[in-house]
Amino acid sequence: MSKFEFPPSIKSRPIYGTLEPRKGPAHLLIADAVGAEAIIEVATPEMMRTAHIIYIPKGTEFSEKLRALNPAQYYEGASYAASVSRIHKVLGDAKMGLQVYLAGTEGMMGQAQLEATNAGIPHSAIQLEHRGSVARRMQCVHCKGITEDVEVDPFVCSHCGLNLFVRDHYSRRIAAYQGVCIDAEDLGNVPPSKGIYE
Amino acid sequence: MTIQFNDETFRDDYSFHNSAWAIKRFPFPFHEDSYMYSVNMEQHRGGPAGSIYEKRFDVDEHYLSEMRDRAMVLADDPLRCQSLPHMTLAGWDLLELIMVSKSEDYPELFELHRDGNTWRWVNKPMGIDDTFTFLDEATLPYGPLEYITRQAQGDWCVLDQRDDNLWMDAGMVTTQADWSLDFDIGMNFFEWHAPVPLAHEKGIFVRALKFLLNIQQGSPARRLNWTMTVTPLLDTSPENYHKWGIQKTTLTPENIGQKQHLRVELQTFFRLPRSNALVFPIRAYLCSFQDLMTMPKWGRRLHRVIRDLPEELATYKGFIANRPMMLDYLSKFDDGLPTSDGIWPEFESEPPLKPSADS
Ligand code: HEM
Repeated sequence: MSKFEFPPSIKSRPIYGTLEPRKGPAHLLIADAVGAEAIIEVATPEMMRTAHIIYIPKGTEFSEKLRALNPAQYYEGASYAASVSRIHKVLGDAKMGLQVYLAGTEGMMGQAQLEATNAGIPHSAIQLEHRGSVARRMQCVHCKGITEDVEVDPFVCSHCGLNLFVRDHYSRRIAAYQGVCIDAEDLGNVPPSKGIYE
Repeated sequence: MTIQFNDETFRDDYSFHNSAWAIKRFPFPFHEDSYMYSVNMEQHRGGPAGSIYEKRFDVDEHYLSEMRDRAMVLADDPLRCQSLPHMTLAGWDLLELIMVSKSEDYPELFELHRDGNTWRWVNKPMGIDDTFTFLDEATLPYGPLEYITRQAQGDWCVLDQRDDNLWMDAGMVTTQADWSLDFDIGMNFFEWHAPVPLAHEKGIFVRALKFLLNIQQGSPARRLNWTMTVTPLLDTSPENYHKWGIQKTTLTPENIGQKQHLRVELQTFFRLPRSNALVFPIRAYLCSFQDLMTMPKWGRRLHRVIRDLPEELATYKGFIANRPMMLDYLSKFDDGLPTSDGIWPEFESEPPLKPSADS
């Protein structure tokens, strides 16, 4: 599947690369949806001997292919929220040198990256590769509520109901982009929503 | 001089006002008839007597009312003051810097008595007389950063310095020009400046950061920044933008002189001793257009600056829609005469406005 080329943006916006196999005593690979393909591409038999794969299918069917890689540990989560306590535990137990590979949507990668850095994993040991949906995880700057998987701009905050436009300003600590009221200066004048990159 | 503190509001009925003294010392930010971003930094080593540059942390007639407004903002939204766990020592550093500076610079208003780690702090205008143990959080009603910045005008960012960068890891931000501490906390210098147009491309932030990383204890620096605000609202936060944004549409040719305010930030930079953090106070001064126009030089110059400001800046600063109305108003105060260099009003030497033919 071809990768989406994100247009150039401001300096707080994350940029993503391509996963590469790295040497390390242990490997944690986390993917959602078609992010599984990036894991399949980066996996080597040697890596898999000490690998833990955490996969959130979101309706895709890569389970069998991932299992066939023969990782030391394999787990499938029903959602990111359902998987996060496990991710937290694995990162907390990690020994020096753990290599972290994240692949899939920005929302999943941002949150997992935050778990990893909070656990003390150095940035240099974390790789990210974007695959699949270009939806964003958005924080409403007004009510602070997070709306997951936002595909259009503007969108309605799932918590307070304001009409928000999608900024490129990104907080790694919140693992979200910022949403700001679009009709504050002209109540009710909300342009029709379109895809974020349209 | 003794300061007469105003009893005024920055919300609802907006009774905020500047005395003649405050207008005269207002930090008009344009030293020439045009404006573009630059690395406009200089040493912060005092300034002319009575000017806003004279003291390390200026206290003026708005002090008590600004502190009341801050308390209201914090009651509504405690996330305006945050400190990441490793920043507590920097908070104590800041508390010390402010207490020492204020008590030395304004002995008639503030007193600090130190006996080992037992400190007594007296803030006469606010009626505070507290004794606490330095470096012991349990002896203060708030953390050290929040305690002292509830008593000091302006916003405060406390930056941790590591990996050749600055990190916004603590702050008290209730009077900001539309940016969110809660969102930006934990970001580095380039990340929190990401939304600013043109300046990255001009290399301004790379050079500015280099300068800041080298600031030494005892050698603070300063710069001015500015924006526009309709009504003297201090809390122009993104958090509340859905409430205040509509005010921008209430300007009319009749009320613009009184309603439209130039908002100038005196930004200073101090190195802190124990934590090696950098503190960045952002002190905002507001002045209505009609008060600014009492200085002929400022009237002439503001018109030219606003007229020629690049569209990107007028958009970023949030007044692109109101610029035509501003220019209609300001042009009446520009008779085309030359202006002198520098920011000072020079009301003695600058010629009075020549009445235009139609007035
Ligand atoms: C370490 C201290 C500093 C802090 C904490 C700081 C913080 C900020 C923040 C939060 C913004 C708003 C960005 C947004 O739109 O979200 C901003 C804007 C800006 N900053 Fe800084 N800044 C610092 C130092 C500097 C320095 C030294 C310069 C020197 C050139 C500078 C130049 C600017 C400019 C040009 C803007 C745009 C302002 C406007 O047009 O109104 N900053 N800064």
